[in-house]
Amino acid sequence: MTALRLRTELVDALIAAFVAALLALPLLGFKLTDSATGLSLDYRWPLVGYAAGAVFTGRLAIGQLRHFFGARFDRTRGQSDIYSADPGRARIMFGWALIAIALVLPWLPFADKGLVDKATLVLIYVMLGWGLNIVVGLAGLLDLGYVAFYAIGAYAYALLAKTFGISFWLCLPLAGLLAASFGILLGFPVLRLRGDYLAIVTLGFGEIIRVILQNWGEVTGGPNGINSVPRPTFFGLPFSAISPTGPTFHEFFGLPFSPVHRIYFLYYLILALALFTNIFIIRIRRLPAGRAWEALREDETACKSLGINPTLTKLAAFATGACFAGFAGSFFATRQGFISPESFSFIESAIILAVVVLGGMGSQIGIVFAALLLVGLPEWFRELEQYRMLAFGAAMVLIMLWRPRGLLASRSPTVRLGKLAEAAS
Amino acid sequence: MNKDTLPQRILEVERLSIRFGGLLAVNDLSFAAHDREITAIIGPNGAGKTTVFNCLTGFYKPGVGRIRLTHADGRDYLLERMDDFRIAREARVVRTFQNIRLFAGMSVLENLLVAQHAALMRASLFSVAGMLGLPSYRKAEKIAIERARHWLEKTELIAAADEAAGSLPYGAQRRLEIARAMCAEPVLLCLDEPAAGLNPHESLELNELLLAIRAETGTAILLIEHDMSVVMQISDHVIVLDHGAKIADGSPQAVRADEAVIHAYLGTPDSEDLPPDLAIGIAKAGR
Repeated sequence: MTALRLRTELVDALIAAFVAALLALPLLGFKLTDSATGLSLDYRWPLVGYAAGAVFTGRLAIGQLRHFFGARFDRTRGQSDIYSADPGRARIMFGWALIAIALVLPWLPFADKGLVDKATLVLIYVMLGWGLNIVVGLAGLLDLGYVAFYAIGAYAYALLAKTFGISFWLCLPLAGLLAASFGILLGFPVLRLRGDYLAIVTLGFGEIIRVILQNWGEVTGGPNGINSVPRPTFFGLPFSAISPTGPTFHEFFGLPFSPVHRIYFLYYLILALALFTNIFIIRIRRLPAGRAWEALREDETACKSLGINPTLTKLAAFATGACFAGFAGSFFATRQGFISPESFSFIESAIILAVVVLGGMGSQIGIVFAALLLVGLPEWFRELEQYRMLAFGAAMVLIMLWRPRGLLASRSPTVRLGKLAEAAS
Repeated sequence: MNKDTLPQRILEVERLSIRFGGLLAVNDLSFAAHDREITAIIGPNGAGKTTVFNCLTGFYKPGVGRIRLTHADGRDYLLERMDDFRIAREARVVRTFQNIRLFAGMSVLENLLVAQHAALMRASLFSVAGMLGLPSYRKAEKIAIERARHWLEKTELIAAADEAAGSLPYGAQRRLEIARAMCAEPVLLCLDEPAAGLNPHESLELNELLLAIRAETGTAILLIEHDMSVVMQISDHVIVLDHGAKIADGSPQAVRADEAVIHAYLGTPDSEDLPPDLAIGIAKAGR
């Protein structure tokens, strides 16, 4: 029995090593060098051997570990395993703890300007992830062009604030509304599509918006973008050293001027926006609208047979998700002070989607962790620039191997009969 | 068509035909279903039973024909002109499916609340009142949960209320689908093979459930079924389809004795179970 197992594992490892050697041959085996006669080809056969050897031993080790840990490695979780009847009290406590940490973060001893700035960036992605979660996690509509709504929000704020001098707090709902309208606009043509087809069309939509931003020079500034976007104010008090119009933040509160004020303010602003998004989603999941989204994800035909209008339900999901992207976009614009189409490329959509999928579709806390992992870690390891994408890919592969349904995939019911059921059973 | 006096005619299908390419799936079918009655549609496989259901519930649009549904208050609905979800919401024709279609990842109770979507959505003022947690919405939700609880008790699923619908055993899933349909307060309940895959004991329980539904709510039930123990014991009226056309229509006893029905199910001895036109074709080819 063991001999047989060992043989299968050896064969398995040999196949893996062969594939690795095939890949390593062009990638590591050949090297172009500059010589006196021009370019010439160098061969590095030992490297190919090392790669194949490493894969061989690695594969063998994984096989042994898998045997050692038994079924824990091969756990594939089905739909009903994800479902947990327990209301997740531990998770709720954990959520509150996270909120508490987020609230005091700027005042922790090790916190500095850089950390708070990075945390702000992570929170933007948490908010975007939560917003996309409405469309992908709840309604089950795969959206690859979510960044378009983020861009619309950012440009809406930049243009409204710069052209008409409207304040941030008035622009925020306007930008959300505009993004939501575009969500409906995108929703209409794609209503009949599902899965892959929907993904392709939304991908196209994201690119269309980016190309428009790039080419509509008179309005959007084309590839140069929009600069000196109005910065946020604290109830009308600007965060600058001096202001010609009135007192500034530090003057009003009698503090010495520090650029840190604005960074902290932005951090709390995005924290508030993200928490608002979270509360909204937690509440709407318990309302008929949210349940209809989830029902639509589970079975559209059954929804129709129960009198749910799938068109309206999908449009509502698109619009709501887009609205939150619009809010996040406004915040992004006011934080950066400068926006250009480059910030809204497809890779942004991919990262947001990765945050949602890796976090566990529909899981709010999972998205926070995924955002920390995918956005936070690369920021901290900027020194390892070259290996960032490698680590990114490796993290994705590992999560998909061990947690194919996301880091924290579980769903507890939005309404419970609870005690009544226990009494009856 | 002779006029029935009592009870009131609730569904009237007239000259319904639908064609898929070269196949005439339903051919000039007319029948009626009555209030407080259980009407069974039976027939061999491929007779067009489910197609008729799909026409009634708007999933298919028939090429020819009229489907008229009459509510107790006298309002008429022409189902062939309505969208599928409007048929469920306004005309209140609610169906179940041959291959169970539950919201598998959601709890049993949530399944029943989704069925009351339209009413709850109105009560939540399209989420505004619900978002604010206004008492009017909370009251509506309480009523909805009470209704769900009522049907969970009827279908003996109350102990599983907070479990995932997809994790229930097969028979319970069938019952849940019926409970979900009842939560939508149908005027006409269409059940597509509710006894498929049930054991004899569960079939008996299903009979009792359907009779209880009729006794309690007076909902007219239209049912496709292969299980003759269900059809013969509880239906008031049986319609037999074969090749998309009606070949018999009457009480269970009358249908059981009908020549054409026996022919459709068992074939005639000389044709060896093949439809006559096909048997002739094969005979010609053999020569």
